[in-house]
Amino acid sequence: MNALINYTLHLADNSLILGQRNSEWCGHGPVLEQDIAITNISLDLIGQARNFYQYASSLINQRGKPLNNPASEDSLAYLRTEREFKNCLLTEQPNGDWGQTVLRQFFFSQYQYLLFQQLQNSKDEQIAAIAVKSLKEVSYHLRWSSEWVIRLGDGTEESHRRTLKAIDELWMYSGELFQPASYELLILNEGIASDLDLLKPKWEEKVKEIFSEANLPVPENVFIQTGGKEGRHTEQLGYILAELQFMQRTYPGNEW
Amino acid sequence: MNIQIKKYFYGDIPDDKSGGNIISKETKNDWPLWEIFIRSKQGLDHKHVGSLHAADAQMAIENARDVYTRRMEGVSIWVVQSKYIHATAPEEAGELFEPAEDKIYRHPTFYKLPDEVNQM
Repeated sequence: MNALINYTLHLADNSLILGQRNSEWCGHGPVLEQDIAITNISLDLIGQARNFYQYASSLINQRGKPLNNPASEDSLAYLRTEREFKNCLLTEQPNGDWGQTVLRQFFFSQYQYLLFQQLQNSKDEQIAAIAVKSLKEVSYHLRWSSEWVIRLGDGTEESHRRTLKAIDELWMYSGELFQPASYELLILNEGIASDLDLLKPKWEEKVKEIFSEANLPVPENVFIQTGGKEGRHTEQLGYILAELQFMQRTYPGNEW
Repeated sequence: MNIQIKKYFYGDIPDDKSGGNIISKETKNDWPLWEIFIRSKQGLDHKHVGSLHAADAQMAIENARDVYTRRMEGVSIWVVQSKYIHATAPEEAGELFEPAEDKIYRHPTFYKLPDEVNQM
């Protein structure tokens, strides 16, 4: 039960934190149309996060929590601390320039696309249902971000250089996506979580495909940063949560 | 004899500013303008809904998806670069359209319709 809760929170946190990051572009996109595109993606991700948080909170409440303080999607998003968040380090990395943002989205969407394809067959009905519902959105995120990576990688000298820099910044966080956390291993045999070992070669193959079309090199022998899934984050997450949680912490129970 | 043919564009976009691929500078302002047509459901025709900027057709379709169909407005999108749309000139409106004004007999309003025929 605890492992399932932690796994659901991990899925939710990934979507929430990346959604929050992308939303920082709102009103600042390079052109109006792309401002709307990235904000739409934000909303898709936050929608996924809500579904997972609602499910996690129902599991937590079933497990038994003081009745006067039941878990809810809001309490999970707004009242947990950094160490309780289980998102991958990739999702919390700064937006950087547009190239860095679309590359982060591409890495993540490619992973999420493969992940949700597997989770559609999860033994846990609720997780399977959320995966089915989200997969269409994710397919679009993947298509959109792949095209941008190609456009920038194979674009001008400047866009190529910036994309190379983005790869330098982000590649070290991509490996964590495929390192199972302790709670994932616990429920792996129950057919609930997906087998990340199966996803990794597919992810690498697809990234290689897009990178070669984008005229970009695939980095090799890069030291991989991990820890996010177990609650050990980069300094970035603290800043994100400070902004995300400020209202609820300052005005507890505040509602729109 | 030197005949100069003046071209008019939808929204009066001058020729030299409308073709993104003709002049290639690398700023966002040079992305060409595209006209967007959305079919709201199967069986209906595509309707003009507005315009947007995009670097190429693929991006125009995706931008249109994000800008014009986020509230379930459509099932199909057409995009066409604005410079390919030719339009009548406002100053020609008189000779083109006004002659029809006093020819009301062109409307089929002078027939007596049988009661059984609705929806005419």
